[in-house]
Order: sequence, then C-alpha cells, then structure tokens
Amino acid sequence: METLITILSGVLVSVATYLLLSRSLIRVVLGSAILSHAAHLLIMTMGGLKRGSAPILGEETESYTDALPQALILTSIVISFAVTALFLVLAFRTYRETGTDNLYALRGFKDE
Amino acid sequence: MLTVNIAIIIPFLAAIFIPFINKKYPNIHIGWFALFVPATLFVTLARYIPTIAGGKTYVYTINWIPSYGINFTTYLDGLSMIFALLITGIGSLVVIYSIYYLSSKESLSHFYVYLLLFMGAMLGVVFSDNIMVLYVFWELTSISSFLLIAFWYHRKKSRQGAKKSLLITISGGFGMLIGFIMLSGIADTLSIREIVLTIGDNTDHPLFLPAMLLILLGAFTKSAQFPFHIWLPDAMEAPTPVSAYLHSATMVKAGIYLVARFTPVFGGEQTWFWLVSGVGLLTLFWGSFNAIRQTDLKALLAYSTVSQLGMIMSMFGMGSAALHFGYSTESVVYTQATFAALFHLINHSTFKGALFMVVGIVDHEVGTRDLRRLGGLITIMPATFTIALIGSFSMAGLPPFNGFLSKEMFFTAALNISQLDIFALDTWGTLLPVIAWIGSVFTFVYSMIIVFQTFFGPYQKEKLDLPAHGASRGMLVSPIILAVFVVGIFFFPNLVGKYLINPAMTTIFPRLAVEGDLGQTITIWHGFQPELYMTIGVIAVGTFLYIFRNYWKGIYSLFPEKWTFNELYYFSLTQLEDGSAAVTKSYMTGFLRDYLLYIYLFFIVAIGGILFYTGAFSFDLTGDEPVTMFEWSIIIVMIIAGITILFAKSRLTAVLLNGVLGYSIAVLFVIFRAPDLALTQIIVETVTTVLFLVCYYYMPEWKKENKPTRTKRINLIISIAVGIVFVLVALSVQSGKLFESISGYFENAYELAGGKNIVNAILGDFRAFDTMLEVVVLLIAGIGVYTLIKLKAGKEDENIEDQ
Repeated sequence: METLITILSGVLVSVATYLLLSRSLIRVVLGSAILSHAAHLLIMTMGGLKRGSAPILGEETESYTDALPQALILTSIVISFAVTALFLVLAFRTYRETGTDNLYALRGFKDE
Repeated sequence: MLTVNIAIIIPFLAAIFIPFINKKYPNIHIGWFALFVPATLFVTLARYIPTIAGGKTYVYTINWIPSYGINFTTYLDGLSMIFALLITGIGSLVVIYSIYYLSSKESLSHFYVYLLLFMGAMLGVVFSDNIMVLYVFWELTSISSFLLIAFWYHRKKSRQGAKKSLLITISGGFGMLIGFIMLSGIADTLSIREIVLTIGDNTDHPLFLPAMLLILLGAFTKSAQFPFHIWLPDAMEAPTPVSAYLHSATMVKAGIYLVARFTPVFGGEQTWFWLVSGVGLLTLFWGSFNAIRQTDLKALLAYSTVSQLGMIMSMFGMGSAALHFGYSTESVVYTQATFAALFHLINHSTFKGALFMVVGIVDHEVGTRDLRRLGGLITIMPATFTIALIGSFSMAGLPPFNGFLSKEMFFTAALNISQLDIFALDTWGTLLPVIAWIGSVFTFVYSMIIVFQTFFGPYQKEKLDLPAHGASRGMLVSPIILAVFVVGIFFFPNLVGKYLINPAMTTIFPRLAVEGDLGQTITIWHGFQPELYMTIGVIAVGTFLYIFRNYWKGIYSLFPEKWTFNELYYFSLTQLEDGSAAVTKSYMTGFLRDYLLYIYLFFIVAIGGILFYTGAFSFDLTGDEPVTMFEWSIIIVMIIAGITILFAKSRLTAVLLNGVLGYSIAVLFVIFRAPDLALTQIIVETVTTVLFLVCYYYMPEWKKENKPTRTKRINLIISIAVGIVFVLVALSVQSGKLFESISGYFENAYELAGGKNIVNAILGDFRAFDTMLEVVVLLIAGIGVYTLIKLKAGKEDENIEDQ
C-alpha cells in the first residue's frame, strides 16, 4: 500500500512538474495545486498507513493510526488552499491588466 | 600622555569642525584654520627628534577590540618619524599653497575636509604598530585620495582617474589584508614589532612566501610600481596641491613605508630582494623613459614620480640583502643602499613638491600646462623659474642640490650590490648599475625638458589663454621653503643623516644595529670614484640626448598605443563588464520555465546523485499493508486523471480532472482513517474548483500550447526524472525507519488536553502555534485576494514604472 501510494504521488509530481514548466499561467497554478496533493499523500504515507483505527479516543481499539502527520497535512491543506487562491486571483488580475496569460509574453523589457 | 594617538585623531576631529567654521566665518579663507592642524603637529613631532635620535622609541596603546588583539597601538621610532615629519611639514606647506591656489568659488570646506581626512589616515598608517589598524588607515588613505582626485567631479576625466586609482589601490590593499592575516597567523600576533622579533624562526612556514607576495602587492599598487603605475598619471586630474601632496610626497610613499617597515621581516630572502629591487629598477626605467614623451607638465611629473619611487624601492631592495649576513663590517656596506633610499625619500619629497607647485603656478598664471604651448616664461616669472631650476636639477642629480647626493649614493649602492655573490647576483648583478644608469640618463633628459621647454625658447603669446604675469607672493612661499630645503640638505646633509636617517636605519636593521653603528657620513666630494664618472656620463649622454631629442623621438612610435598598460586596464575592465553581462544574459532569460528548469535540474543532479553515490537507495515491501480492489481502482483512477490533465483540450476538463484528483484524495483519507482530513479536503477541493471556474470565466480560452517538440521533450524528460527521484527518495526513507514514532505521547490527549480527537488536540493544544499562524496565512491571502480584485491603479498612478 505505502509503495503504491508513493508511486502515485510520484506520478502526481511528474504531472505537476510538467504543468509548471508550461507557458500558460493557469497551467502553472494548476500544477502547483497538484504538487500540493502529491505532498499531502507523501506525508500521509510516511506515517504509515492503516496501522490502527482513526485517532479518536474512546474507540475500542488496540492502536491508533499516527495522528501527527494528519495534523501536519491539515495545516498544509489550508495553507496550500490559501496560496492557490491567491495565485488564481493573481493570474486573473494579470490577465486583466496585460491581456495575456502567456508567460513568454509577460517577460520584462527587452533591454533588461 | 598618548601624544601620538592624539596626533592621529586631531586631523579627523578638525575635519568635523571645518564645515561649521566655514559657515560661521564665510569671509575668512577656511584654509587658515586647516593650516593650524599640520603646523601644530609638525612642531609637536619635531620636538621628539632629539630623543628619537638618541635611540628612544615611544609606544602608546588605546584598546579598541582587545578580545581580538586589535588595539590602536602607535609606535614612534626613526622610520615613522621621517614619514610623519614629511606628512605634517609638506602638509602645512601644501595648505598654505592651496589657500592661494584655490579660488573661493570652489567648495573649499570639502577640499579641506578630505585633505585633513587624508592627513590623519596617513599619520595612522605610519604610526600604527597593529597591522589591522594599519590596514584600516591604509584604506582610509585610498578613499580620501579618491575623493581628492575627483574634487572637480563635474569633469569626466577626474571621475575616471579617481575610479582607476581607487580600483587599483583597493585591490592591492585587499591583497595586503590577506597577506597581513597570513602573517599574523604565522607569528601569532598582530603587532609589527613582535612579528619582527619572532619571524626569524618561521621563514620556512608555508604561508611565509604568499604573505610576502601579497604584502608586496599592496605596496606596489600604492606606490605606483610597474605595472600598477598607470593610476598615477590619471590621478593628475586632481587640483595641483593634491598632486603635490598626495601623489608626490606622501601617499605614494606609503608603499615605500610598508616595504621599509617589513624589511626586517622579509628582508634577506632572495624573493624579496629580487622582487623589490627588480620591480623598482624596472619602474625607474619605464617611468623615466615614458616621462620624456609627455606633453603635459603634470603627466611628465607623474611619470617622473613613478620613476623616482622605483628608484627608492630598488634601493630598499638592495639594502635588504644586508640582512642575509650576520653583523660584520662587510655587511654594513650593503645597508648603505637603505640609507640612500631614506635619504632620497626625503629629498624627493622636497624637490617634487616644489616642482608640482611650480607647475601649478604656471597653470594658474598662464592657463595651460601643455609643453607645446609654453615657453619663454623666464623673464615673466623669474622666481618660479628659479625654483623650477633648483627642483629639476636636483631631480636630475646635479650639484649643488640634494638630489646629487642621493644619486651618487644610489650608484654606490648599486655598484656594491653587484659585487655580491648571493641570490645569483654573480650572473645578473651587473644589470643593476646598468639599468640604474640608463634610468638616470632619461631622468636627466626630462628634468631638462621641464626647465628649458617651459621657461626658455620663444614666448608664444597667441597660444596662451591668459596674459602671463608673475605669481602671487603667497603661492611662492611654499615652493621657496622647499627649494631652500633642497639646497640646504645639500650643504648640511649630515644633519638629516644623524637626526632622521640613522634612527630609521635602526628600525630597519634591528639586529645589525645592536652590533654596531649603521650610520654613515655623507660627503659631498669623495674623490674620483666610479659613481662620479657615472654621473658625468649621465650628464654627457643626457645632454646629447636632450639636444637631439627630436631625432630619436621616433622610438616612441615603436610602441603602439594598443600595447600600453592603460589599454590593457581598460580592455580588462570592458571585458569584465561585457563578460559578466554575457554570462548573466545567457542564463537569466526572464522566463519562468528556464528558472524552474535550473531548480529541477539541480534537484535531480544533487538529490539523485547523492542517492546514487552513497548507495542510499533501499526498497523493501515487507512492511506494506495489503491493497484491496477498491483502493486499487481509486489509485488507477487518480493516475489516469493526472495524466489526462496534460492532454485536456478544454479548461473545464482540466478543472474537473483536478477535482477528481482532490476528491479521490479525500476518499483515500477516509481509507487511511483520517476523518478530519477527509472533511477538510472535500471542502477545500470544492472551494478551489469553484475558484478555478470563476477565474476561467474571466480568463482566455485554454489554448493548446504550440511549443516546439524539443521543448516538450525536455519538459517531459525533466518531469519524469523529478518524479522518479522523488519516488526513490520516498521509498528509501520509508524502508529505513530509525526510530519509533512519538505519536504515542499524543494518545494521552484526554489526560493532557482534555480532548478525545487526537488530531484536533494536536492542532489546538500541542502544536497550536502552527494553527495560529496558518490562520494568519489565510487572513493574509484573503487580504491579498481582496486587494488584487478591488484596488485599481488610479489615473495618476498609471505607468508609474515608466516615469
């Protein structure tokens, strides 16, 4: 299971990288969102998977699954959401101001 | 009483007050206040002469950074005495001269502030016993010199000359700093006196030679030795008092001082001997040879300064050979070169200062310094002519002026040294007097040019800007005093020898001085010796060359302009700039993709390389949980969705596929027993998808990217490689668990925090700081989104970058 999920997040990383390397601003934002998915899956996997019941006390169980990575991921989800939202609005505003979302066209002055 | 330390600090203090005094008394020339400082210091220091000559030295210390051993320690002995008297004495004369030279239209308070800064820094250089403090003052002289050269900053040439001198002297100074650090590492002390005492046992230390070379680099750049002499002629854009003071009498002697001061440390080594003597002689020859071709009087004097500095430098080199032997009556003979060097140092300051002031007077009264337009000024400026004659003839080495004495001693020293049989001198030794003699011939020629082309010949009225007339009396005061010294030292040389030079010799040859007296008496007439014949030869050949100079001037055209060191300097500067611009342009493309490529490439090479080379990769399936059919299907769906995004034709497809990914992850969270995560993931994914869709409403159509296949291929390779490295690292980490998790602690959430949901207890109690700041992140993002949407640039702020 862990190996499989790791490979899955590897695939997601590849996809995200390819999107980040593209010319359109929107694809870059999308790529960053997918990259954060991959990161969350990896953190989850690192803590071990399905090692016990959900980390809520009071359940009749011998062991709980590791709660620390879950707390980390929860924090990370919120932060990546904030960043993605800001990126998206930035892309939108960039398009409104410049009329393009092509990163090659957005390059600075020629004489720089 | 810390007399010497205070003497260094006083000019800096005075520099602070100058602008205020200038504002308060605008009618009085501020130079009179400035004159107060060097004159007082000169008198104060001169009172030490008898005790110093008696062999006493004075050490004063003010603690600065005692924990590093860096203290403001001053050491007053014979050597620093000579320099301090030159600095303050000639400083006073230059200030007097500048009072009459600079018109009140100039920004005088700037001038005197810089000048006093320089004076304090220079005194600091010669008095400092601590090498780090010496370095501080050394750089201060560079900076104040830079400010003074560019005093008329509205002129392009001034700025260029200042930049050039700064670049060259600061580079040398930086090398010197490294040399100092090495030296302090060898000797384990920062005090020059202690280094001199302890260095004898460490001459085979591996850092000894690099330290020597780097310190010499500092000395050579500051003293305008070949090939670093190129900054000095360009520094002549400075006002003439500055040229007279900095670029003839004091600052360019700082390198000489350094060589003299470190002779007891490095002297007696073959490298030191050949470097100092060789470079000095080369400079002597090259400077005098180039001085003849100059048409501008100041440039001529600049090259002559270069050549005279080379002469002094070479004499210090020759004198250092004496340290190779122990004390004996024979080795004392070789110290004569050092004696001559110190003597000529004083003489050069007197006559060169006078000559610069003369040129300043000519420039001031006639309006030009161009030799081709000057001539016939002897009847108009008799006093100036007399001073010029005294200075030039002294420079050429003719009696009855002090230059004659030092020139004779120079020849004597060179002849003596060539007899030695150490340092491969038996083969190369004869070169020394020969080159010295040739350089002296050229020196004679340009000295004659100064006198005869300026003051004799036809008076070319139509070529001059101003109607020529005699100099003002105030301007003549300083050069007259210097000229009196030039003649006076010739008739009473032993006064100088006994009171100034002998104590300095003790500094340079501490071990020899213990054994016996190093002093010598200077005789004006010492019979028909080879050096006298050499002088006669110089006069004869020099006269011949001067008279027929128009016939052999063609030799200078053999050296094309392209091959000068100046050209080399400018060429290397432009090459540096162009080269760095080209390099920067080549990789700073301005495209996000390229920068990301560098980052990913580094990631692949560094992380993948480490994994590969350390053999860290390990893979082990044993700890894995079994996978059910349901999980398999979700994972396969995700992989397919992820890859399909890349081929999505429309943006809606892309967003939906991203949604598929997000919700699948939420399902995975459910499977992995993470209820809170699943909840959060579902909500966030929903909101994100909405956001994407809202954005798309305003964004352009999702176009297929028409990238060249090569780019696509590279991107693909990079992406796959990044994914692979990522997976390999993750797998290695998973199979190499070192410790048990600490999560067992959090399972006491109920006892410790009173909550049953462990994840929430962690977020709200155990690691609440994370949560707090994550909330701040959300807040900032919210504000950012709001401002990005709401705020528009007003009409007046538009194109703010284009203004």
